[in-house]
Amino acid sequence: MYLRLLSLVPFAGLLIGVAFANRVEPRVFGLPFLLAWVVAWVFITVAIMACVYRFDPTNRPDDGGDARR
Amino acid sequence: MSVAIVIIFLTALGALLLGLRARHGHDMNLEEWSVGGRSFGTLLVFILLAGEFYTTFSFLGASGFVYGKGGAAYYILAYLTLNQVAGYWILPGIWRAARRDRLVSQAHFFVRQYDSPALGLLVASVGLIALVFYFVLQLKGLGIIVEIASYGAIPPALSVWVGAAIITAYVMVSGVRGAVWNAVIKDVLILTIVVFLGIYLPLHYYGGYGALFAAVEQAKPGFLVLPAKGNGVLWFQTTVIVNALGGYMWPHMFAAIFTARDARIARRNAVVMPLYSLMLLFVFFVGFTALLQVPGLAGDDVDLSLLRLAVHTFDPWFVGLIGAAGLLTALVPGSAILTAAATMLANDVYRGTVRRDLSEETVSRLARAIVPFVTLVGVFFTLKGGTTIVGLLLMGYNFIVQFFPAVAFAVSARNPVTRQGAFAGILVGTLSLVALTLTGTTLVDLVPWLPSMLSDVNAGMTALLVNLAVTGMVSVFTQPRGALAASEN
Repeated sequence: MYLRLLSLVPFAGLLIGVAFANRVEPRVFGLPFLLAWVVAWVFITVAIMACVYRFDPTNRPDDGGDARR
Repeated sequence: MSVAIVIIFLTALGALLLGLRARHGHDMNLEEWSVGGRSFGTLLVFILLAGEFYTTFSFLGASGFVYGKGGAAYYILAYLTLNQVAGYWILPGIWRAARRDRLVSQAHFFVRQYDSPALGLLVASVGLIALVFYFVLQLKGLGIIVEIASYGAIPPALSVWVGAAIITAYVMVSGVRGAVWNAVIKDVLILTIVVFLGIYLPLHYYGGYGALFAAVEQAKPGFLVLPAKGNGVLWFQTTVIVNALGGYMWPHMFAAIFTARDARIARRNAVVMPLYSLMLLFVFFVGFTALLQVPGLAGDDVDLSLLRLAVHTFDPWFVGLIGAAGLLTALVPGSAILTAAATMLANDVYRGTVRRDLSEETVSRLARAIVPFVTLVGVFFTLKGGTTIVGLLLMGYNFIVQFFPAVAFAVSARNPVTRQGAFAGILVGTLSLVALTLTGTTLVDLVPWLPSMLSDVNAGMTALLVNLAVTGMVSVFTQPRGALAASEN
């Protein structure tokens, strides 16, 4: 499912990304670049997961019971 | 001086009363006591999860880690975020299984999903060891907080005993409801204080974040990023994976999902929770400020950095307020841990393997009677032991992440893992972790042709790979019989 693949993006950003973002400069709002990178990915992750939630078909019907096994 | 003690004392008393009152209006059967009758809405589940995620560790441990290791501490923010992404996909399945089989604990989940009381016993044993680590961490934090915030007037041993007695009392009466109501107060207080400290302290001492980080970079070049060796990039990556996958594998976090009223609550929380983890950013600011303002802390003492800086900066009444918030960050997770541990001992260890015929009511009474004994074990190790808060936590995560493969497969559409596979994987994974840790062996020692940079791979990750391999192999050989059919419905 494409939605599941989408949620791999934060893993790529935070796990693979740090290898390239591990530096102090350039500063972002005074923060070292690595810290700013991690913080940025917190926001990107929430945006991605909000989209996933929006389009996840299991959230439409009342998922209160054993509907989907 | 006495103002701080009065505030801390009143908070402790308030926590006790609120915790005791939490049972009000609820008939405390086992399901009610352990998992709140599966009746919590989105907000209560959020508060319970936040209450359990953000512990004395986030308060003292994270600032201590920044103080001691610098940029390596960013791993906390990264894993808290990825943990929720993983949670989005596995939590609804866990919730559905719990609802269907009326599960009350994590070990119970394994017993039903894999139709194996023996697996339940193994999971309960490993889970209990990890929970004791986590409990000790909370009590240790509690002792530190009260000692410093009382300006040395209350020794750690005393506050550890008193704090332990308070949680024991309200957990025996109210179970998980005691934890959640105290979590409401705790989250409001801690969020306010941490954000305030993270904004005020850098401004007060440096005039801004840019100046703060410039000063740190000048005093200790390279401290703001990951070093080339030790806690470097590879350490960061493997530690984040272990903690992100392990986050919801803590028995008390796992059971917290059972409290939700429906499965969407788990997904909704997983989407929003990373924003709350940004609180850690402010803790980092405090840690970096402390580095140059209260220098000289080393070893275990790095955990004191936030409080030392607070005492150095503020009036006693405010230090008391910080101490009170810190006290609650220890009590809330402590009470959730006690509830989960006692439930597993009564339901899965005793009923699961010794007396199958026990009624729900007897198990419920037994669980409550076990609580004081779990507390005593925790207090014993707290008053005995060393190591920093983060050290303890990383150790616990390495253990509980061993549950991840068996849980993730159990909630997938077709589970290829057999009960033998799950059992062997968790057992071998845990044992290899113990062996790796005790002997200090790294991945490179085991597989000599690997490049030496791989020696920074987290031991929990190595054990997890061993676990996966064993789970897979044993499942292949035991495929025809066993859990495949059982997990299908």
